[in-house]
Amino acid sequence: MSERLAGLLHAAFPDASEVDVVDRTGGGDHFHVTVVDASFQGLSLVAQHRLVYDALTEPLGDGTIHELRITTRGEA
Amino acid sequence: MSDLQDRIRDTIEQEPVVAFIKGTHEQAYCGNSDRALQALRGVGAGFATLHVLPDPRIREELSALSDWPTIPQVFVAGELVGGADIVQELAMTGQLEATLEEKLGEAWRRPGDERTVSVLDGPGLRVVPGG
Repeated sequence: MSERLAGLLHAAFPDASEVDVVDRTGGGDHFHVTVVDASFQGLSLVAQHRLVYDALTEPLGDGTIHELRITTRGEA
Repeated sequence: MSDLQDRIRDTIEQEPVVAFIKGTHEQAYCGNSDRALQALRGVGAGFATLHVLPDPRIREELSALSDWPTIPQVFVAGELVGGADIVQELAMTGQLEATLEEKLGEAWRRPGDERTVSVLDGPGLRVVPGG
């Protein structure tokens, strides 16, 4: 399941310098995703997280993701 | 526009700081909701909480309004500041206090001033358990 999320994030952020998906509990439904992308520079954290949510609309909507933690950074 | 969505919007606009969570200010039922409240407490902010679980429509209408899919959601002066991750990060970097100060002036500093509000008590709205 982590691979599916990573695939969606890579597709949404093809230029990301880092995409990381951690299955926090090993149960395949509690995830912590990290996306580092230069395009985040100048965006508020709310705007950055919205882009991540948009990329994961499908697994959020179908119940795959029970809990999601998000870390985003624009590259320095 | 539903009546419930009107009430949610009114709450967001009228409460200086409001956190839509699973649970109440006295007991959060979810780790993420608790993280958001702890971040607000950590900087000494007063806040209202609104429990989203009693009626699933609250969460549906809230997310439709805020364009934010998860709970918790923390609003300051009518604006979405973030979910648990963002509020926690802002608290750690000092930006949460700065945001509160910018939007509310000194009035935000009300440690221990916590209460729970509801959008379900008004007339014309029937609560359907598990609805």
